[in-house]
Parts: sequence; structure tokens; C-alpha cells
Amino acid sequence: MSLDISFIGILIGSIMASSVPLILAASGELITERSGVLNLGVEGMMIIGAISGFALMVITDNLFIAIVGSMLSGVIISIIFGFLTQSLLTNHVATGLALTIFGIGLSAMLGKNFVGIPGKEFPILFSSLRESIPFFGPILFGHSIVLYFAFALPFLTNYFLKKTKLGLIVRAVGDSPVSASNQGINVILVRYCCILYGGAMCGLAGAYLSLIYTPQWIENMTAGRGWIALALVVFATWSPIKVLIGALIFGGITILQLHMQAIGFRIPVQFLSALPYLMTIIVLVVISRDSRKIKLNTPSSLGRIFYKEK
Amino acid sequence: MYKNFFKYLISAIFLLGFSVNSNADFKVGFVYVGPTGDHGWTFQHHEGRNAVEAAGIKTTFVESVPEGADAERVIRQLAQSGHDLIFTTSFGYMDPTNKVAKDFPNVKFEHATGYKREHSNVSTYSARFYEGRTLLGHIAGKMTKTNTIGYIASFPIPEVIRGINAMTLAAQKVNPNIKTKIVWVFTWYDPGKEAEAAQALIDQGADVIMQHTDSTAPVQTAEKAGVWSFGQASDMQRFAPKSILTSIIDDWAPYYVERAIAARDGTWNQQDTWHGLKEGMVAMGPYNSAMGADLVNEVEQLQKDLASGKVHSFTGPIYDQKGNILVAEGKVADDGMLAGMSVYVKGVEGDIPK
Repeated sequence: MSLDISFIGILIGSIMASSVPLILAASGELITERSGVLNLGVEGMMIIGAISGFALMVITDNLFIAIVGSMLSGVIISIIFGFLTQSLLTNHVATGLALTIFGIGLSAMLGKNFVGIPGKEFPILFSSLRESIPFFGPILFGHSIVLYFAFALPFLTNYFLKKTKLGLIVRAVGDSPVSASNQGINVILVRYCCILYGGAMCGLAGAYLSLIYTPQWIENMTAGRGWIALALVVFATWSPIKVLIGALIFGGITILQLHMQAIGFRIPVQFLSALPYLMTIIVLVVISRDSRKIKLNTPSSLGRIFYKEK
Repeated sequence: MYKNFFKYLISAIFLLGFSVNSNADFKVGFVYVGPTGDHGWTFQHHEGRNAVEAAGIKTTFVESVPEGADAERVIRQLAQSGHDLIFTTSFGYMDPTNKVAKDFPNVKFEHATGYKREHSNVSTYSARFYEGRTLLGHIAGKMTKTNTIGYIASFPIPEVIRGINAMTLAAQKVNPNIKTKIVWVFTWYDPGKEAEAAQALIDQGADVIMQHTDSTAPVQTAEKAGVWSFGQASDMQRFAPKSILTSIIDDWAPYYVERAIAARDGTWNQQDTWHGLKEGMVAMGPYNSAMGADLVNEVEQLQKDLASGKVHSFTGPIYDQKGNILVAEGKVADDGMLAGMSVYVKGVEGDIPK
């Protein structure tokens, strides 16, 4: 077994790559939830993003169009959710669940002719630096642009929510839509925007899987990652930085347990497979035990239907 | 008005259904566990179906049928709608197939990779994939520089363990220093996880990767990392043209055509079929020229010898991990032992998950 410093660098690099879809989807969902909307359709939006991105890549042979298209497809499908919950005032939980089921079914249908086509290689940045610098090379370089974006996103989200006026508006809408509305804020419009933004990020998360991580289309290829992203948002108590930590722990333990198997640790494999879930929950519960802070971050009107009295 | 419309629609559907039912034509049904375009397991069964169709026999298929309650419903529906012979092509369809077979004694059933034949109208069939694994082991043993072979395993069932053992025995024969590292992913089909497992094995020093899962993710990961790999179930060469050394290909077509014709002509009997390289149910994809002409010749000879029976994948002496003898010197493992294989042979690292 080789545990030298450069190996650890490679390991951290692959952990980062595996957490990208979780970071993207959870960061998107976090904004949606901070505006008071609970969208359980993350998995559905991700899988739609995955097939749209892949299909566009095959049709146009242009990765830029594929990436933008996957985000747009996430936006389009989240419009359905937004219209139902915000304009028709349907229940958030039921609508979100329906969106996931719909997304999985629709993607399977759309993807029929795209199964079994090899994907295109996605360009990676600074690949020469990756090889030449030990330890830091594989961590910092040789990734796709989407990965760098994903790792910047939680910090941008944090800044947006805490330091900008728009962020304040989103939080106000999530905490007390009635007061926000009385202040002259268009609550429905703000929530629509947050839903669409969440859709775009989930679409991108799906496209990361089908275009970059495992370049191919396969039915149901998100394999539950949307649900993990949803759980991360809650366990991270709606804090973007903790979402990042949670996603890294989850990705990290997933990869580590595979390595432990390959090394030949005499621990039951089933336990190792459950470990990512257990560890992520434990760590996030421990780092989020300050109840005052939780109250500060929790959108108090999460999942509640708001309508403006006329 | 709409009410009437639906009434007509429903009666039309019934009429249509009836006309299908009363059709005296011979028909064959197929139940698949995955999509026909998975380019692995189901794709190959579908190729078999195409061959039956080409032989002038009508067929129907239902794809992506989950193993479980849904399977029984689908199989029953095929039996009810006038199919005379039904192929159920996944291990998990074993109990539903036997259950439905009991209620339809005039319909013939063929279940892939199972062992239960509870009624006289149920046959089982499978392929000796382990013969292909023996060839992979030989190639892997010669091609590895790090003496480490990475193996992505799905579920701890005899089928998978047999493959690991056959590969390891063959690799040891050409390279006594070989180590087999195994990662269990507990899925047949999760490209993300399969890719992560492949990457973990590569990072742990494996320079030859093989898998007993269905997606093309492991070979793509190997291609990216610049290590060797093998296609599984169908020819996956175009997914990793540089990395793939060869593929194990399941060829069900001759068997499907033979059984369909037998059922049509009334000569169908209950059977337990286990065919391999000899009958062509297991075939090998093109060998990568990077192997070098000598190794290709060697492997082609071994392939011939396995097919003719001159060489057996499990020839004694074979020991388990603790050093107890499993197959005595000069003997070969019998089919009963192969079918129930549940221990690793000497040289495989780690434990089988219980």
C-alpha cells in the first residue's frame, strides 16, 4: 500500500471530482429553500439535465451548448414546479415528488436513442501542471471548468445571502413572506427566480455526470444523488459552507471505502458502504449543534404556501 | 359524449386484445432487465431476439423490467396474450418465472442464469462466462507491470466468485506474483460508482481493470487513466479503443433460434443448458494489437483448447485461501461445484462479503 504524499494528492483530487454534483445541486436547492420553497424534485431536475446535456452534445457536438442547454432544461422543468406551487398554490412536497418521478420517466423516454453512444472528452484545465507538481498538482489542476465553478459556488452563495441586498430579500421572503410582501417585495416573483435558479444548478449537476464524470447516458444515472443533495441542505442547516463540507465528506468517505476494500481492510463491506451516509450525518450534526445559528439560517416559512391577499 | 367515447375506446381495445389472443401464430416473448441499448447484458439478449425474428418467428419484448413484483406481472401478461415461449433474461426473474409457469402449463419458459425448474415447462440456460475470464486472466497476467489486477465485483453470488477465481487461477499460471484486488459495489448498474471503483483500484496500483458490472464506465475510466481494461457482456471496444484488450461477448442468438424452432415444431424439452466457448455462447471480441502477436497467438490457442475441452478453467490442484485443497491434482471441478462456488481460491485478497 502506498500512502506517500503524492498519492494523497491524487486521492483528494478524485474526492473533489466525485462531490461536484452534490455541491452544485445542494447549492441550488439551498437558494430555493432559503426563499421558503421546498422542492423535492432535485433528482428529477438532475436527470433531465443529464439527458439534455448529453443529447445536445451528441447533436451539436458542442460542449458549451450542451452545458448551457442542460441548465436551461433544468430551468424549464422547474418552471412547471414554480407554476404549480406558486401560481396554482399546490403542496410543495407532493409537487416536488411528482417532479422527480416525472423527470426520471421523461429522461428515460428522451434518452432512448442516446444509450450506448460514447461521450466526448471534456477539456481539462492546466493538465501539465497536474503532472509536474506533486501533491498540490492533482488537487488544484487538471479539472474541468465545472469543478472550479462548483467549488467557488458555496462561497459565492454565502456572499450573496449575507452581503447583498438581493440575498437579504431572498432571506426575508423565506422567513416571513407576509412581512416581505408588506414591504413591497414581490414574493411570488422572488420565489420563482429562486426555483428557476435551483433548476439551473440541478441541471448542471446532472450534466456534470453525463458529460464529464462518466461521459455517457444511461437511464437513471443520477442514482439517488439528488436525494443526497437534498438531505445535505437540511443537515448543513441551510449554510452554503457546511453544504460544501458535507459534500466533501460524503464524496470522501465514498472514495475512501472503495480504497479500503482495494487495500483489503477486514471490515464488513456492507458497513463500509453505509459509512458515507453515517459519517456525513454525524459530522454535520456535530458542526451544526449551535441552535441559535440554526434558527438564524432556517427559512421559517419553508414549504408553506404563500398567497397575496387582494 | 366523452363517456361514450371511452366506452368505444375500451371496447376497441378489448376487441384488439381478443384478436391478438385468438391469433394462432406462434409467438415468442422476451423479458429484459435493462434497456435494449445498454450495450451490455440486455443488448446481447436483444441481438438474440433479432436472430429469432430473422428466422421467421414473431417476437415481442418488454425492456427495463425490475426484478420483483413487476416481473411477475409482465411475464403473466405475456403468457396471457398468446405467447408460446417466453425467455426471462435475468437471475432475479427466477421465482416469478416458476410461479407463472405453474399457471400456464401450455406455455414454455426459458429462464437465464437460474437453477429452479419447478415445473416441466421451465428450462434454464446460462453461459460458461468463466471460460472467458480464464482468457482475461492469462492476458492480464502477461500485460500487468505492477502485478496488480483490479476487479470490480457486483454481488457475492457464485457466478461472480467463479469469474474472480477463474481469472486469478489463469493469471497465476503465467505470473506467480499476481495480486487480485477486489472492490464490491453492490450494484449491476451505477456508472458513477463503477467509475469511482475503477479509479480507486487504479490509484491502488492496478494497471489492468476488469468488471462484473454492466456499464461502460470502468473501461472509460481505464482509458482516461491509461491502463488496460476488458469489455463485459458485449464488445465495448469503441468506448475505450486504446485500453480494451478484448471483450467477453455473450452470444445467445444460436440458442434462442434453436429453442424457438423446437418449441414451434413441438420438440421442445425441459433442459438445463450451460454452454461456453465450444458452442459459441461465450465469444471473445477482437484482441488489441498492443498485446503483441505472440500473446495473441497464445491466447487464441488457449481459446481453442478451452473450446475443445483440452484445457479446463478449473484444473487441480486448486486450493482455497486457507490452503485447503478444493480440486485434487489431475482433476477438474465438476459443474455442481462450479454452480455453487462460494470461496475464493488462494491468491485472492480479502474476504467474500457475507
